[in-house]
Amino acid sequence: MTADERFGDYEEMRDGRVEGTRNEVVTGPVSDWATDFSHLEPEWAADPYPIQDELRGRCPVAHTERFGGGWLPTRYEDVAEIAYDTERFSSRSVVMSNFRPPPGAAPIGVTPPISSDPPFHHDARKLLLPAFKKSAVTKLEPATRAFCHALIDSFEGRDVVDAAHDYGQHIPIRVIADMLGFPPEDGPRFREFVETTLEGINLPPDERIARMDKLFAYLHEQIRDHVDHPRDDLTTYLINAELYGRKLDPSHVSGTMALLLIAGIDTTWSAIGASLWHLARTPADRERLVAEPGLLPTAMEEFLRVFAPVTMARLVRDDMTWRGVDMKADDWILLSFPAANRDPAQFDRAGEIAIDREVNRHAAFGLGIHRCLGSHLARMELRVALEVWLERIPSFTLEDPSAVTWAAGQVRGPRTLPVRIG
Amino acid sequence: MKVEIDARRCQGHGRCYDLAPALFGEDDEGYGTVLGDGAVPAGGENEARLAAANCPERAIDVREEA
Repeated sequence: MTADERFGDYEEMRDGRVEGTRNEVVTGPVSDWATDFSHLEPEWAADPYPIQDELRGRCPVAHTERFGGGWLPTRYEDVAEIAYDTERFSSRSVVMSNFRPPPGAAPIGVTPPISSDPPFHHDARKLLLPAFKKSAVTKLEPATRAFCHALIDSFEGRDVVDAAHDYGQHIPIRVIADMLGFPPEDGPRFREFVETTLEGINLPPDERIARMDKLFAYLHEQIRDHVDHPRDDLTTYLINAELYGRKLDPSHVSGTMALLLIAGIDTTWSAIGASLWHLARTPADRERLVAEPGLLPTAMEEFLRVFAPVTMARLVRDDMTWRGVDMKADDWILLSFPAANRDPAQFDRAGEIAIDREVNRHAAFGLGIHRCLGSHLARMELRVALEVWLERIPSFTLEDPSAVTWAAGQVRGPRTLPVRIG
Repeated sequence: MKVEIDARRCQGHGRCYDLAPALFGEDDEGYGTVLGDGAVPAGGENEARLAAANCPERAIDVREEA
């Protein structure tokens, strides 16, 4: 089979994404967070931490009938146990929504390897690890730094800028577009794809499918272009990659590309934005980091702990009793690394932000076999973004605290962040 | 003092080679490796303990020797 033929039938590749079961969409105010939680309501988006702290004290595993049924553990210990237990908790879908792919989707899933279970998971992940190890992403640092400077150059003459919209979001979009070999001018479309995948959870099913089709149509277009014009980037690498002695299934290639495109953007953007939000409203920490730039790597880990952007999901494999609750097959688990990171049983002064915290065994990038593939890339982007900002704009404040908005769903960070820089 | 990595636990977070680059490195896939025989030179004890204390997977063992 030639590469051209593999990517010929787009419709055939689509079937694997749309088959599955759908449940009724339930929205509206939460009656009781212990029995009716939803990570898509405005109260959660605005400030989920008091909710998580309260649940950790009284539950500690909350339940909801929304999304067809799911559970929310809030203790570090419970989150870790689920992350390590890939037998009883499947990654067949990692976005808690109103749609479940069929059991037959395991162990590969729609976006390998994040959606994969062992043993396939490890083989699919091995293909990607070398491109995302620390020494590989270090090579991208000079271009990332130059791009951050260019963004700040563009603020010339403005007293107020949006640190999320005008700065944070552009950095990961540019980096991943370069890695995948996509045209940099397509960046604005990536933001739409991210919103579709991660924030459009409660849209009517047909609309959600239509939006996902746009993402995959775009990826397909890029794959075809790379088949015709191979180059030194991750897309060409995936087209040529082999597993078990043969080239990858076309759905594996496009699914992995979807993962790489989506997973690195609003996550890193959120981490950059949340860090700048904290520094804009905490002059003592800002001044200390400007005076002691060597403290930034330590401070950054604290920002990752307290503002961990990413929550994952799992599906319960079989009916079982776990931590005293009766879980049913296909119940969701909302795997909250942010809640784990604020568990006082795991961290001293868990609710405080201590930028010089030396021992910080946080779980912002997950635990176990699904450790964020892009963690080294994310850390590089976050460090460079903050270094350049603090060097160029050592003094800044929130222009209007009430104008700051936060994304709902499984990736949380500021989406509107007006700051006064002049 | 000696450091060891439990390869069954390591997931390649890289905290060890970030925090103690004189003691740890990365392999071709980003998993942590111990440089040399893992013996911690005089003055490196704090780095070794810091790396172990920050490993999210608790994959690092620091053995104090008499």
